[in-house]
Amino acid sequence: MDANVPPRLELTGITKQFPGVLANDRVSFSVRPGEIHALLGENGAGKSTLVKMIYGIMQPDAGEIRWDGAVVGIPNPRAARRLGIGMVFQHFSLFEALTVLENIALGMDAKIPARQLEAKIREVMAQYGLALEPRRIVSTLSVGERQRIEIVRALLLDPRLLIMDEPTSVLTPQEVEQLFVVLRQLASEGCSILYISHKLDEIKALCDTATILRGGRVVDTCDPKAETSRSMAEKMIGGNLKDIVKQPAREFGEPAFAVRNLSLPAVGPFGTSLEDISFTVRKGEIFGVAGVAGNGQNELLLALDGEVASAPGAIEMAGRPVGQLHATGRRKRGLCAVPEERNGHAAVGDFTLSENSVLTARDRLGMVSAGLIRAGAAKTFTGEVIAAFAVKALGPGATAGSLSGGNLQKYIMGREILQKPEVLVVNQPTWGVDAGAAAAIHQALVDLAAAGSAIVVISQDLDELLKLCDTLAVINEGRLSAKMNVGEVSIEEIGLLMGGVHGTAQETHIAPGGEHAVPA
Amino acid sequence: MQFRLERRAEPSRLMLYAAPVAAVLLTMVLGAVIFSLMGYNGVGAVIEIFTRPITNPLKWQDLGIKAAPLIIIGVGLAIAYRANVWNIGAEGQYVAGAMAGTAVALLTMGMEGPWILPAMIVAGVLGGMLWGAIPALLKTQLDVNEILTSLMLNYAIIQLLGYLLRGPWRDPMGFSFPQTPLFTASQSLPYLWRGTIMHWGVPIALVVALLAWFVMSRSVFGFQVKVVGSAPNAARYGGFSAKRTIWLALLVSGGLAGLAGILEAAGPFRQLVPGFNTGYGFTAIIVAFLGRLNPLGAIAAGLVLAITYVGGEIAQTTIGLPSAATGIFQALMLFLLLAGDIFVRYRLKAVAPRPAGEAA
Repeated sequence: MDANVPPRLELTGITKQFPGVLANDRVSFSVRPGEIHALLGENGAGKSTLVKMIYGIMQPDAGEIRWDGAVVGIPNPRAARRLGIGMVFQHFSLFEALTVLENIALGMDAKIPARQLEAKIREVMAQYGLALEPRRIVSTLSVGERQRIEIVRALLLDPRLLIMDEPTSVLTPQEVEQLFVVLRQLASEGCSILYISHKLDEIKALCDTATILRGGRVVDTCDPKAETSRSMAEKMIGGNLKDIVKQPAREFGEPAFAVRNLSLPAVGPFGTSLEDISFTVRKGEIFGVAGVAGNGQNELLLALDGEVASAPGAIEMAGRPVGQLHATGRRKRGLCAVPEERNGHAAVGDFTLSENSVLTARDRLGMVSAGLIRAGAAKTFTGEVIAAFAVKALGPGATAGSLSGGNLQKYIMGREILQKPEVLVVNQPTWGVDAGAAAAIHQALVDLAAAGSAIVVISQDLDELLKLCDTLAVINEGRLSAKMNVGEVSIEEIGLLMGGVHGTAQETHIAPGGEHAVPA
Repeated sequence: MQFRLERRAEPSRLMLYAAPVAAVLLTMVLGAVIFSLMGYNGVGAVIEIFTRPITNPLKWQDLGIKAAPLIIIGVGLAIAYRANVWNIGAEGQYVAGAMAGTAVALLTMGMEGPWILPAMIVAGVLGGMLWGAIPALLKTQLDVNEILTSLMLNYAIIQLLGYLLRGPWRDPMGFSFPQTPLFTASQSLPYLWRGTIMHWGVPIALVVALLAWFVMSRSVFGFQVKVVGSAPNAARYGGFSAKRTIWLALLVSGGLAGLAGILEAAGPFRQLVPGFNTGYGFTAIIVAFLGRLNPLGAIAAGLVLAITYVGGEIAQTTIGLPSAATGIFQALMLFLLLAGDIFVRYRLKAVAPRPAGEAA
């Protein structure tokens, strides 16, 4: 490496103080041109704050940022983009009711005629092999597709540093590979990449350097290829990582949860219909549902937890039909669930944690008598969840919105698991959650199964399913494959099932500058 | 210097309570300016309207009987709005309640007994509920926007009232005036004390507000209303039916508006006349928002709005302000309140103007 070339980005002594928290404490590291640099750390380690300062959303209290060797101030994101810094956020900032093209146009600093922009978008997509139809309405897109909008939006600016905030948490192995191809291509063209993640295998596969943050400080800068995933994880959490403790050969009990020929029509013009889904989960069994984002996982969760009713016999618990019951009725019979979206679905951000406990645990745990809420019972239970799941929160009176994503997820999982459900259905249990919290959630699920509950885990993270589950099936376009034993499956087979009809969609030819998309 | 609205990390609790106070104070300032520009003594008008009803003990009874219907209706609307159900048909539900109660009164004209007034009140509540049920049915079955249906039903019921007063309900001894016969003693709301004009509607309003506060803060029903209003998906996940909540919200707010209607008919009016509807149902929308959609807040807000009514009447006689002044002050208040509410979620931030050539 030519020592005379200054780093693309160099941070020296960056410090940021929030009321009560030192979010970044004299953080220093540098990113060379064309380098893929990982930024690792648990939730709350200060990654987001640091990145927000690089992207001009916040200003550091102390320290300096150098860009190509020159000290720069980055007062706002527009200034960052002018320097050539692009960013793909973990939470997408997209207008649901607008098309892909309109969303991208709105994010551009310069006003480009729509036709020209569309041509440029198609060109960038063809160059990097990203499949996306510019005329589609965002609300109809899967999470993976929405991320592609953000990537295209960043690439249109010809960035010289691309910041990716937890980009793979919603992608399939194939999609992750595709993304890595894009990122490697970008890096080879000289673009630096700051890659924020806590998926250590990916960092080992992709990144040249990793800077590890803990408690706002840099604890190490290392070569991820020379480290093990475990050694990096332990630096990240500052302690020993616990493995999932799982009984090697477990006996499963009687069928606890059975779905028979469940079919539901699609809701909305681009919703996914569920087609003839059948599976059985026994007591003590963890059953995984793998699949690419947007193949009916959300619809399946809504049907299973009672938010959408179905034919009575389509869903049975311990042999009794519950398909006609709504969420409250199923919960009383012992079915708890955790949907994917934390804010506004699994929890209400404006409500306190205690009130969020009332939301789902009121009937099972006696938080209601004579139509009145027993606030004391809710508070006690919430305190138990906070303690048992090491939720970082000010207490049961903290609003759900004040918790970080990982902590809120731990609270939500804890709230459902501590209700000791007979059947637990979870969708994306660890999405956007750091390694320490994910390990805690996985262990809690395994322990719950060991105590005799039947568990359904819907996840787009195949590694998670292979680690956690006893049995597995793949959902594609609303159809569920046959059930397989995790010990006997091949990754290739699962990959093919996940691809399904979707595989052809991703190979859809994109005509650069074409007026009409080739339909998938 | 330029200004920019910046989203707050959390809604500001201070601004939540400061906004209504600021709105009332700004209403006085702007009102003074407007009436000065119109050639009146603007400052004097504001003093007449906002302080005279408070400083003159003779007007306190007026305040009470004006505030009572506003509080009762405002409490119901606060509950509906919490559920994100935008019932702006309280005016019609108020009339419907008065009409249903009056129907009972007309049927019991020759009778006596302590059961008659309670029966009228029950009928009033049911009448308001019935008029609220129409938008609920249309919303839940056909997904018709309740703002439109509830608003339009106001005009429908007023036409119906006009028909009844000129036709079947007209007092045969009333010299052809379009009005019902006067209610008998058994059909009228008694006064609190001999020699006052304060009727039982005033304590009923306070009890309604306190009960509603208790229900909203402590009961599963209140919880349901708040969850459905702030996070519909979470509500469905928690097992609360959105349709049920829409029904409940419209029945409760309609029923309370109906209660206010029959109390007003059996109290100050003692009959139904074409001018029965005086816009309480619309003013109560301001009460609900000024009271922060909180039933206890509605008591304070109801008093503030009552002050504008009573003060407006005083200012008509003392400084010749037009009767529309009350409406102007009330509208200003709602307008300023809604404008002020943006600072609950956003803060105003001064930003240095961008150097030339950088503007988009």
